[in-house]
Amino acid sequence: MQVRVHPDYQAPTQPTAPAGTRESMVVRIEPSTGWAPLKLRELWQYRELIYTFTRRDIKVRYKQTALGAAWAIIQPFFTMVVFTLFFGKLAKIPSEGLPYSIFSYTALIPWTFFAHGISQSTNSLVNNSNLISKVYFPRLVIPIAAVLGGTVDFIPAFTVLLGMMFYFGITPSLNVLWLPLFLLLALTTSLGVGLWLSATNLRFRDVGHTVNFVVQFWLFATPIAYSSSLLPQPWRTLYGINPMVGVVEGFRWALLGTNTAPGPITIVSALAALALLVSGAFYFRRMERTFADVI
Amino acid sequence: MSEIAIRADGLAKQYRIGERQRWGRTLRETVAETFHSHLRRRSARRGGQAVATPLAPDLVWALDGVSLEVKRGEILGLIGRNGAGKSTLLKILSRITEPTRGSAEIHGRVGSLLEVGTGFHPQLTGRENIYLNGAILGMSKGEIGRKFDEIVAFADIDRFLDTPVKRYSSGMTVRLAFAVAAHMEPEILLIDEVLAVGDFAFQRKCLGKMQDVAGHGRTVLFVSHSMGSVKALCNRCLLLEHGKSVADGLPADVVARYIDQHELARAERRSRRVPADHGKEFFMHHSDALGDITVFCGDPITLQFDIEAPTSLPDVGIKIHVVSRTGDPIIGMGSLIQEEPASARTSRLWRVRCDMGRLPINAGTYFVNVHLGNARRSGRTASFLHAFKITVIAYDALGWGSMVPSTPIYWTPEWDIEPLG
Repeated sequence: MQVRVHPDYQAPTQPTAPAGTRESMVVRIEPSTGWAPLKLRELWQYRELIYTFTRRDIKVRYKQTALGAAWAIIQPFFTMVVFTLFFGKLAKIPSEGLPYSIFSYTALIPWTFFAHGISQSTNSLVNNSNLISKVYFPRLVIPIAAVLGGTVDFIPAFTVLLGMMFYFGITPSLNVLWLPLFLLLALTTSLGVGLWLSATNLRFRDVGHTVNFVVQFWLFATPIAYSSSLLPQPWRTLYGINPMVGVVEGFRWALLGTNTAPGPITIVSALAALALLVSGAFYFRRMERTFADVI
Repeated sequence: MSEIAIRADGLAKQYRIGERQRWGRTLRETVAETFHSHLRRRSARRGGQAVATPLAPDLVWALDGVSLEVKRGEILGLIGRNGAGKSTLLKILSRITEPTRGSAEIHGRVGSLLEVGTGFHPQLTGRENIYLNGAILGMSKGEIGRKFDEIVAFADIDRFLDTPVKRYSSGMTVRLAFAVAAHMEPEILLIDEVLAVGDFAFQRKCLGKMQDVAGHGRTVLFVSHSMGSVKALCNRCLLLEHGKSVADGLPADVVARYIDQHELARAERRSRRVPADHGKEFFMHHSDALGDITVFCGDPITLQFDIEAPTSLPDVGIKIHVVSRTGDPIIGMGSLIQEEPASARTSRLWRVRCDMGRLPINAGTYFVNVHLGNARRSGRTASFLHAFKITVIAYDALGWGSMVPSTPIYWTPEWDIEPLG
């Protein structure tokens, strides 16, 4: 097809590509069917965007608040106070020989991180609807940033924990080095569930409404207010199917030295978390093609 | 380096509209509906009736088989009426939505400007939003840092950098948004009608910056409703209609065809016989197509109509006044109906064609009053008020590189300017 050039158009002086071109990339656009690939390499290319979104979410959360970072401490702390009063003192639930307050607080820290991650990521796609309909980037970035935003809250809450350990005279052993792994497990679970819920919430908005209820229920299904040793074997190992069991007991073992060393429970939890993450990622990628049309 | 920047082959996009597909429908509703339709089918079968098919959902083809090839460095204008499929095409090429059929190949990094200020967060400051918006548009942090000062200078918001964006005026927000976008350096730029906002001086600045961008060998796809911008900026133009590509070529030609089609739609209506507003025995015949004229500044205008008189018209002159929207006369012209021999005088029906040439009237809406009167006596025999409506679209008729000045009439005298000393 012949195309004439407008007389005012100045042809570029060099026919070569503009400066700063990456290796010539060809993108093919066509309708996709079935399961979509995860495209992790592309996700890696967009890692700066993940960081940008995480920073944005954190900044926005703390702007115009008087208490700022204190909010990260208030929730787990006051939950601990209530639990200690009712479960510890009144119901006298056993706490592995440790003061009930620190027993529950150690579990509440990763729990708060997990719960926050889920509720933030469930609504993350809906909240970023204007981006989804206007700009291209791998949509996985959004729930990932939502979950990562909770890591910042982790630090002040953890500091309070250290204070409590000092107060009760508990010195952590070398097992503390395992802590990052348990945190990673919590992150994996949070992200896995978040991927499932955020993609579904876009189409069926009731998910967003019920997530808080689900989280509450899940809290009591996790050994935060009590110890998993209440369960006899083999139920105790199977209990690990709730990945947060592995996280919570792992935290307590690493920091407080309870007798729940990484074992069968942790393995079951890790597998369950991985299953959630991988299945969530594939589900998300499959639903992604309809996001812009459904939002 | 590939010669082709974009290659599209039969792209089509189907949307479902109407009640059956409600976005964000609840789980409960889906379950309830599945249950009900199942019950309906069961009872229908039992009663021996044919199973009632549910209402077919309304399906629309927003894009219906568009194929095109855009070479590197081309600036392609996409025009068409609302709903023609222009934005859908851009969305597909930007990978925001998937095509239902067809395929496309993109060679190079794509930057899409489907809306200015994408991702701006009102609570964050201007500075923070520059980084946020830049990152969303695909610029790396280093890139944004390097261009930061340029961006701020372009947007002219130096003093307000550290104020939350929610306190900005809408003009400032648009300037900032466009400033960030203008400094994107993708190989391919897809722009969707974002120039409509912002004051005129700023629009000019943005057009200038985009021309810079295009001049460096970048490919631009530009959707706009401003024919002036398309003609000024693009070197190729594509007209979309009902999801199909119907014209492809030089902007001047394609835009003319687009405007023609507007008028063509109106020409479907039959020509009308309109009585005079003054002098009731006179009638004018004209078709609506010719009664509603849309042109660019500096384009030739022709009026065409028929006059039906009760008697023959000796010594009758015709005067045409072009008046402004508020009724102020702007330009007048006149002619004797005939200066012809006696035989022609018995005619009661006259066809008038007035070729006004390149009327130097500026952009705006004008009406044409047609008066018939005796050439020798004063007073009017018949008047047709607002017989025509002329819409003049702003365009750089003088070749100044900007829109013509804001006087109702402009002129191009001979200039002779020379320095003294």
